[in-house]
Amino acid sequence: MSKIEEKLFQDRYQVDTAGAHIAIKDAEVCRQCAEQQCAVCCPAGCYTQEGNGSLLLMTDGCLECGTCRIVCDEGNLDWEWPRGGFGILFKFG
Amino acid sequence: MAENFDVIVVGAGMAGNAAAYVLAQNGLKVLQIERGETPGSKNVQGAILYSDAIERIIPDFRDDAPLERHMIEQRVWILDETSYVGANYRSEDFNTPPYNRYTILRAHFDQWFNQKVREIGALVICETTVTELLLDGQRVIGVLTDRKGGEIYADAVVLCDGVNSRLATKAGFHPEILPKDVALAVKEIHFLPQEVIEARFNIGVDEGVVIEMAGKITAGMMGTGFLYTNKESITLGVGCMLSDFKQQKVTPYQLLERMKNHPSIKPLIADSEMKEYAAHLIPEGGYHAIPKVYGDGWLIAGDAGQFVNGLHREGSNLAMTTGMLAAQTLIELKAAGKPFTAANLSAYKAKLDQSFVMKDLKKYRRMPAIFHRNKQFFTTYPDLLSQAAQSLIRVDGQDKKTKERDIKKSFLASRSWFGLIGDVFKFWRAIE
Repeated sequence: MSKIEEKLFQDRYQVDTAGAHIAIKDAEVCRQCAEQQCAVCCPAGCYTQEGNGSLLLMTDGCLECGTCRIVCDEGNLDWEWPRGGFGILFKFG
Repeated sequence: MAENFDVIVVGAGMAGNAAAYVLAQNGLKVLQIERGETPGSKNVQGAILYSDAIERIIPDFRDDAPLERHMIEQRVWILDETSYVGANYRSEDFNTPPYNRYTILRAHFDQWFNQKVREIGALVICETTVTELLLDGQRVIGVLTDRKGGEIYADAVVLCDGVNSRLATKAGFHPEILPKDVALAVKEIHFLPQEVIEARFNIGVDEGVVIEMAGKITAGMMGTGFLYTNKESITLGVGCMLSDFKQQKVTPYQLLERMKNHPSIKPLIADSEMKEYAAHLIPEGGYHAIPKVYGDGWLIAGDAGQFVNGLHREGSNLAMTTGMLAAQTLIELKAAGKPFTAANLSAYKAKLDQSFVMKDLKKYRRMPAIFHRNKQFFTTYPDLLSQAAQSLIRVDGQDKKTKERDIKKSFLASRSWFGLIGDVFKFWRAIE
């Protein structure tokens, strides 16, 4: 079980179809970012480096740890908690 | 809602539940707000429960709290790629009631704790996210939630909103947390039949083992790994400082996979069924990272205040204790008819300073910086220790005096006399 998708498959979520709770402010800032460390540090693999240098953010598997917000030196994320009741729902914690 | 509460507690983790319980127990009108579907559904911890902290709040917690196993044995492992050098402490004294510590599953424990909060008289609403604090100048007068008509007013707000501490950051009470002051931990829970766990760890029914690990499993980063036995499952994980994660290319889940495949760890979880993967930030900046924890109409407790003793792996007990002390401060002021001004709430800081919380954090105030600057404690020494142990244990015709000389040489080649003496001093300074 080495793929992140297989790990996240075990987790329970209530996905908010009304919108994502994290958003990239300016895609160009990410494209210019040499490190793109969010793609390495995010424990849910929510950030994918595209071939063209841009970043793809998919928040469905988010574990709500806050890592991406803190590692982003550019402060290029709008980061909020999901609406009440939505997001990850830990069975064991 | 035009209703005014004495106190709003944000969050239903260890700090929030402790604060809400003690406040309601003393007759204050309390509203507790939790964003999860149920209390505990957003909370992640190893998890070890230290009896002392919960006992001071709910003395008879053992009667019905969902406890997994009481810990009778503590193992410390220093690992390289193929080996570990370890120390165990096991005592029948830890196997005699009342037990000192237990493994728990936070999703279950927090629901129980919050049920106690409701029973003693606090109003609890779940599935509600507090989006910001309501301010009158610098004074907190309530909270804004994501519910319709979501403004709720109170004379004081206790912020137990966890390590990310978003509400205080947004209000400008303290700056954003730094990567060097926080560890990112990932973990999995693996299920096995109860008797298999008891056989693998040489323990009886309800008895448990803790393994704390350091060395190569953190790939050169400042961090540790852990393995805890629950009743019918094993929790294991690894955590490293976020500033270190930032500088390399290993993902947290790759690190966890490597750890699980270590030849000393793999057999312990063989044939198990993984049922949950979780990640969490742990505030490990220590004494110097603690923000201002009170102001006009507000107090901070638990992880939101960075109250974690990283070296001793204590956090939940500091959370409960700070939540309790915040509550007691408010109760005393209310009884004296004094308003919840910053000047009056400074009594909370005085209580913290007098408690083990700040005394312990102050004692280890130098540790984070020393370990940040000296990665050899996580890289060179585990290798040297393992090589030394192997050399002494392996019988291969080489005489012992030569072996000892080679070991000494290997230490000197890696660190030099100056380096070795310096490291001893640094280690002592870190924990003195």
